[in-house]
Amino acid sequence: MDILIYGIVNSFSLALMAIGFTLVYGISRLPNFAHGALYVITGFGVWWFIHQLHLNYVLSILFALILMGLIGAGIYRFVLIRVRGMATSEIIATYALGLAILEFLRWRGFKGMTYTLPVFIEGSIHIAGVPIDLQRIMVIAIGIVVVSFMWLFTHYNKTGLALRGMAQDEHAAMMLGIDSDRMAIIAMAIGSILAGLSAIVLLPLGNIVVEAGYNVLILSIAVCIVGGLGSWVGAILAAFMIGFVQILTVRYIQSHFHMVVALLAIILTLILRPSGLFGRQKELEERV
Amino acid sequence: MKQEPILQVIEASKSFGGVQALVNVSFEVREGEVFGIIGPNGSGKTTLINCITGFVKMDSGKVLYRGKEITNRPPNYIANLGITRTFQIMRPYYSLPAYKNLIVPLFSPRARKKGGWRGGGKLGDRETVSIDILEEIGFERDSFVPYKLASSLPTGYLKRLELARCLALKPEIILCDEVFSGLSMSEIASMVPLIEKLQMDGITLVMIEHRLRELFRVANRVMVLNFGAKLTEGTPQDVMQDEKVKEAYLGSEKLLDYTFEA
Amino acid sequence: MNKEIGTIERRKERLDRGIKVRTEGIYAISSLEEVSYLVLPRLILIIGLLLLPAIIPSLYWKRVISITCIYALLALGFDFLANFVGLVSLGGAFYIGVGGYMAAILNKSMGLSPILTIPIATLFGAIICTLLLLPALPLRGVYFAIVTLMYPLAIARIIEALNILGGTDGILGVAGFPTRWIEQYIIILIIIFALFGLRRLVNEDIGLVFRGVKDNDQAVRASGLSITLYKSIAVFIASGLGSLGGAYLSHIYMWSGISQFALDFSIIPIAATVIGGGGTLVGPLLGCFFLVPISEFLRAFGTLRIVFYSIILLTFIMFRSEGIMVYAQRKYHQFERWVKV
Repeated sequence: MDILIYGIVNSFSLALMAIGFTLVYGISRLPNFAHGALYVITGFGVWWFIHQLHLNYVLSILFALILMGLIGAGIYRFVLIRVRGMATSEIIATYALGLAILEFLRWRGFKGMTYTLPVFIEGSIHIAGVPIDLQRIMVIAIGIVVVSFMWLFTHYNKTGLALRGMAQDEHAAMMLGIDSDRMAIIAMAIGSILAGLSAIVLLPLGNIVVEAGYNVLILSIAVCIVGGLGSWVGAILAAFMIGFVQILTVRYIQSHFHMVVALLAIILTLILRPSGLFGRQKELEERV
Repeated sequence: MKQEPILQVIEASKSFGGVQALVNVSFEVREGEVFGIIGPNGSGKTTLINCITGFVKMDSGKVLYRGKEITNRPPNYIANLGITRTFQIMRPYYSLPAYKNLIVPLFSPRARKKGGWRGGGKLGDRETVSIDILEEIGFERDSFVPYKLASSLPTGYLKRLELARCLALKPEIILCDEVFSGLSMSEIASMVPLIEKLQMDGITLVMIEHRLRELFRVANRVMVLNFGAKLTEGTPQDVMQDEKVKEAYLGSEKLLDYTFEA
Repeated sequence: MNKEIGTIERRKERLDRGIKVRTEGIYAISSLEEVSYLVLPRLILIIGLLLLPAIIPSLYWKRVISITCIYALLALGFDFLANFVGLVSLGGAFYIGVGGYMAAILNKSMGLSPILTIPIATLFGAIICTLLLLPALPLRGVYFAIVTLMYPLAIARIIEALNILGGTDGILGVAGFPTRWIEQYIIILIIIFALFGLRRLVNEDIGLVFRGVKDNDQAVRASGLSITLYKSIAVFIASGLGSLGGAYLSHIYMWSGISQFALDFSIIPIAATVIGGGGTLVGPLLGCFFLVPISEFLRAFGTLRIVFYSIILLTFIMFRSEGIMVYAQRKYHQFERWVKV
């Protein structure tokens, strides 16, 4: 039972982490390898707002998310726009940016036990005899809200539909008057806000550490690759698969294998079934 | 002309995610002939070539080469048997000069077996051989054209380069995917003798073409595809008279014009 | 008379040097001047590399030179794979790690001397890397890059989790080189051979096949060549260079551990290639000799050096993606003069 509950919590955490990355990659084919760095900056940003500027928690979160949106848009506007279309350069550029951010934070001494965010609601409850704190329940709740909001946004909102149009055929979308750069900026901004949001929800569960940035990036790539591109259902199912396998390995084998699961999932998926578990022909043609 | 089939396709079928690109297409190509395949856009002509040469895996059906089954073998294996193809969208190595483009096919096992380890046997090394082939196909030897980067060559030369790549493999069959498309009338006029010369050299040619007038000049037999299925097959004259073919092309003025001219 | 007489409009005219125009690949040399035009840059590079250990006094900086050479091997392999075969491999650390562990195991458990362990580790390291990467070879650009990036991370964490091969401590007490001079000159000779060997290779017939794979893999298949075969040959060469570097590294540090799978070995060669100029082979080498020592200077600042070279990398990829060497070659081969418009 506890495996089921913690599996669900872990899966929703993964889905939250990955949704921003998957969104940006699915829509604008921009691999945002600075995703993990954005996740960590949000954590430190909120911490800084609370402890240095003495703002209240809600306001700090709000400011941090706005900041993330601006940073995301800025990354596209000033960095990615110059290397657009050269897939390798995009990866190297965003990865270098993420690396610079993370290592800068590490150099400034942002590490250790001192950096924690307060939980939203204190306390814990018992579900079927398993103790679970309310923050983890919040993870599930916010996970569901975010996923359904994004689904509604991309299916019923004009901007969202334009984003999906871009995902399917960039040139056709441009002919229909959709501004490719503007859409990519919006996608990057939304993706970064989602990265920030996941950080705000997940970080109160532990310390803010720089290493998390790398792990979040790897996990996001894993979800994105296993799920197949631009496939919402695929990404969420992938998050659940990886999430449960992680919990099971930690429980029955060893806790060190936590990340190995994600890494092996990436390698094995690409080798055995390059289109992703739920991908279609289009993805296959793109990857092989 | 010998009458034995060199290439047989039996009941080839292929679908792409619900779209039937080929439906039970069967035909045979006889040694030394020019076999034309025509049909409206999207009728599965290129898919057929892709299936024969192994670039696309067939769903069902068989391909026989001199009676030996080569269904769904990898493209490089099939090319090494001497079944070569050109691409409709030309695929040269853009960063290499034209003559170095041919070094790649000359490096293949088939060309090495036929030409010795230096590539050309008594004829010299691979570079010499490749310039010979280019001259044969219409690149002037003493000009700078063979030495220009493939990215800077005009379409006409790129089409010839596609054929040259096939010739470098010392082919038995060349499957030409629209070699005339995108060329000017004068360029086509200069390509036709080239095709006739290849046939005289004993190479079997399978040609997909939209330029029917030129195709009917060189082709011995023609097959018509429509919506992935075989409509009819026969000599160019027979095919032109066929009511079903006229129907398939109705609305496309091209064939009507050509039919009346002929 | 025009008012704008004060600002005479000029434009820079660029003309190829005579020898460059006459000799594209084939050298018809007519004078000593032209011989030196071609030979001098290469000679300066070789002599410069050979003199380097002699002119650098401190032991610490000599060690830095050896490490730089190892990075240079990786960078050569990366440039070869990325710009001549079209495989972007971010797995430099993977090659280093496999070679390093192999040399350490051979030395510790079988007692072989470095003269034997390095060649054996190079060969078998390359074989292991090629076999492991074989299933990933059909993948296109970014996806191949992601797989190669994940391999070293996964292996490092598996070693850590299973506590095999010395676990987090690594394998200690690997034999070192007899003297510093031997240590340095062997690796310098190796990179000179690797550089000129690869340059030769990419212009041979088989090298043209590699470049064909990069330009148009379908056409290569239509030409009767198996792309998997040629890609794996190329990966074998590049991973061989990496494994050689790894084996050497184990013997230099007399230690082999999971930090050999660290991302440094994947990133610095890429940064060096971007800065030095991809597709030149010399560029990445010079890039390493620029980047690694600077990164050593900044060692006192801790992880700030990573920030520093990430920013250099970012700047180059955004503003000068051709790299220094391509720029320099163009300037070397051209006259420039101002002409009035």
